[in-house]
Amino acid sequence: MARKVPEINSSSQADIAFLLLCFFLMTTSMDVDYGITRRLPPPVEENIEDVKVKERNVMNVMINKSNKLLVNGRPCEVDMLKDKAKEFMTPRPGDDSAPEVETKTFDLIGEVLMTKGVISLQNDRATSYEMYIKVQDRLASAFNEMKNELSLKKFGKKYIELNEEQTKAINEAVPVRVSEAEPVDYKK
Amino acid sequence: MAKFRKGGKKEVPQVSTSSLPDIVYMLIFFFMITTTMRDVELKVSTPLPAAKEIQKLEHKALVCSIYIGTPRDKSLGTESRIQLDDAFATPDDIANWIQKERDSRNPADIPLLTTALKVNKETRMGVVTDVKQELRKVGAFRINYTTLKETKK
Repeated sequence: MARKVPEINSSSQADIAFLLLCFFLMTTSMDVDYGITRRLPPPVEENIEDVKVKERNVMNVMINKSNKLLVNGRPCEVDMLKDKAKEFMTPRPGDDSAPEVETKTFDLIGEVLMTKGVISLQNDRATSYEMYIKVQDRLASAFNEMKNELSLKKFGKKYIELNEEQTKAINEAVPVRVSEAEPVDYKK
Repeated sequence: MAKFRKGGKKEVPQVSTSSLPDIVYMLIFFFMITTTMRDVELKVSTPLPAAKEIQKLEHKALVCSIYIGTPRDKSLGTESRIQLDDAFATPDDIANWIQKERDSRNPADIPLLTTALKVNKETRMGVVTDVKQELRKVGAFRINYTTLKETKK
């Protein structure tokens, strides 16, 4: 006759599970990383000629070592930078001081008036990283606003609500043209 | 009068706790899956700057981080240092380090590899520029300036 095995008391199972739960609760770090994603340009070859860009097509943004901004040779506040960048990148045909414009055709959107403007960003070696990020952020928000406007105009929806193909089309029509100049050491 | 009530004594039955372990196990599994153990010991302090126009950094397996900041060990001074994995490094070490990171991944994923720069906001751009130049040389073009979310406004 087989003996009856007494049932194992499982009332402490909950306690063990709680213990494990506490461990994972403590060790977990749910921080999702956020950031500004950028693509670095490929390295320049030594003896390549400088690509000549017309002066009216370039907006020079310089940050000096005491974190002050210079936009096209004039001092500027960071908070003004977004509007300035947006104004510069908005195509204005017929205006000789504004960057040149061209009409391009894209899938889904059709013809779009585009500027040939480029924002050139230059910083000193002693510029603080915080300021640099601030400037990058402001420029990014200028471009994002322009993307939003175009998508509202063409699709009647906000940029973030677009599907993949539409997003791609808008990204092509509003390229983020921020070029970072080769680092210059002003001390030399 | 309709009689719906039966019996005089009304006793609330004991709440059964037998499903409690199941619920807790469910939570455990959730945390076990979402948890990421901190894989590097930070030797530099990196209070990140804040920004508004930020994107989520997807595919954590394809991200390798470079930390730049002031050493936590005060005896090492306050000059900004670069930390790769668990050790201090110089910009010259970056090429080798990127190569090592690439070797440890699927060859098809290499173009998608993103370098996250976790830089102390007080750092001078000189160090960051040096690092960026090194990354350009080895062809690690995808970078991400890791920032915090700007809360105000």
